[in-house]
Amino acid sequence: MTHGIYGLIAEFDNPTALVKATRAARDKGYRKLDAFTPFPIEGLTDALHLHRNKLPLIVLTGGIIGGLTGFLLQYYVTVINFPINVGGRPLDSWPSYIIITFELTILFGALSAVLGMLGLCGLPMPYHPVFNAPRFALHSTNRFFLCIESSDPMFDLAATGDFLRALEPHEVSEVAH
Amino acid sequence: MPDTPPLVEPPQPDIAPGYTFASVTDQISAVVLTKRTPIFWYLCFSVGFGLVLLLLLCMALLFGKGVGIWGIRIPVAWGFAITNFVWWIGIGHAGTLISAILLLLNQRWRNSINRFAEAMTLFAVACAGMFPLLHMGRPWLFFWMFPYPNTMDIQPQFRSPLVWDVFAVSTYATVSALFWFVGLIPDLGTLRDRTRNRAGRMIYGILSMGWRGSAQHWSVYETASLLLAGLATPLVLSVHTVVSFDFTIAIVPGWHSTFFPPYFVAGAIYSGFAMVLVLAIPLRKVYGLQGLITDKHLENAAKVMLATGLIVAYSYIMENFGAWFGGEVYEKAAFWNRLTGPYRYAYWLLIACNIIAPQFLWIKRVRTNPILLFMSSIAVLIGMWLERFMIIVASLAQDFVPAAWGIFSPTRWDWFTFAGTIGLFTFLFFLFVRLLPMISIFEVRTLLPQAKVEEERG
Repeated sequence: MTHGIYGLIAEFDNPTALVKATRAARDKGYRKLDAFTPFPIEGLTDALHLHRNKLPLIVLTGGIIGGLTGFLLQYYVTVINFPINVGGRPLDSWPSYIIITFELTILFGALSAVLGMLGLCGLPMPYHPVFNAPRFALHSTNRFFLCIESSDPMFDLAATGDFLRALEPHEVSEVAH
Repeated sequence: MPDTPPLVEPPQPDIAPGYTFASVTDQISAVVLTKRTPIFWYLCFSVGFGLVLLLLLCMALLFGKGVGIWGIRIPVAWGFAITNFVWWIGIGHAGTLISAILLLLNQRWRNSINRFAEAMTLFAVACAGMFPLLHMGRPWLFFWMFPYPNTMDIQPQFRSPLVWDVFAVSTYATVSALFWFVGLIPDLGTLRDRTRNRAGRMIYGILSMGWRGSAQHWSVYETASLLLAGLATPLVLSVHTVVSFDFTIAIVPGWHSTFFPPYFVAGAIYSGFAMVLVLAIPLRKVYGLQGLITDKHLENAAKVMLATGLIVAYSYIMENFGAWFGGEVYEKAAFWNRLTGPYRYAYWLLIACNIIAPQFLWIKRVRTNPILLFMSSIAVLIGMWLERFMIIVASLAQDFVPAAWGIFSPTRWDWFTFAGTIGLFTFLFFLFVRLLPMISIFEVRTLLPQAKVEEERG
């Protein structure tokens, strides 16, 4: 159902109240929820069931690709593309490849960690409706917000509003699109 | 705002009591957004900027006339340039140690010093990176160091530690910059929401990439920070190891030794913590940040300095012992020349700065006195510079056959270029202090007792 608004947002002034409210909303059956906080809160990750994300896998893949790139690059250059015979020493001198292989593993791993993090978060994002909430600027100072989106099947402007107000927030407001 | 009382009072708080989320945010962001810029800032910034101009003059002359304007003559081909390179890159190591290794070790006190320590890393690596480029003589051909298909049909020598160094240092610079920027994103969001200035809102808005503190984002963000820390930890240990390979893989007496890697890493962290203290002590005074960068931070940094200083002292002793016990005639002569040869003043000054001066840090009164701590940090920075000078110059000047010896003496351009990079570092650092939050705001918020969620389920 459409409501013409993005959702309802409740403002709390401490992390404990926010975590309690988030749990209550989950228990009530709301699923399209998000919380906005000035710093990471361990309990919230629990309350929103966010414990798994794909980032470690992305970084592992990036690191393996980096390591292979480093090793194969050096193998290709020293054995195939530009072999230098120094007194009959073996061309495939793998111990001397270790350092660059290691460095490229780290480099690719770190790049995929950062790009993966941005990708999973959908950043950069030039516009997001939640910034329309009247006091939302305080999310980056000292206020803790819980937003129930209107796309949630259980969302009902009056009932959800009453539910949020029952959690004793500082304020409940509508978020325009 | 009603502050919920903490459940358990921590034995020694990481920051001064009485802060709230709002006051932490205000105090740190005010330095950038609202506070009047202190005279101290103008002073340091102008000195830095003046020295940057000197650096540009040195570079113009260097490119015009070649590296002959420096005192480097065969056999001492490395001189000041590589000394400064190793010194600067070592200073950078403390920033990564604080931001990555102490994060993995869950040392939460680091949260209020990691941001500017990382910035220090970044700028120190920038200064370090200039020296090999300037030393090349033809820096515009620097890309010859990287493997790429070219019409000359040649490739870098991957068995050379100098090529390893290119990869290690460029990876280090990239990863440090990424780590630093990722840490800045939430704080850039804070600045975007707090600035009243339209241009500021645009710039901080673009840089923060639309960060909105969403719990879903925080969860990915924390994973990313941990993974980056896990990657940066072996990286930082590897960088100075690779730098030490530039020496140990060669057979020059005084260089060719197996314990250089740990010795170099310890020395790097030693000088890096000294630089952290040199920056932190005046900054916290000028900006009134003693509540966030407390005496505990200074004391901890001093302890790390003392510990790494002892490792360095042990290395000096073992180095001399190894030369004597090994019985190799050139090795023995090289060390005897360090102690009594033409560079003996530098050697004994280095012993005084690096081994004797830090012993005062055993005394708690010294560790908690910012002025004495500042002075001993300066001593360590000088000592570590002299150490690199001794290793590089004294070993090259008197290596094997006395007929091939040659004494190095720096010219004024050597000194000016070195001073120029100190200026570049100062210039960049004070620009950073003015434009970005020098303390990580969101990480300091997590240190507050009211950041803890009280559990009452079950």
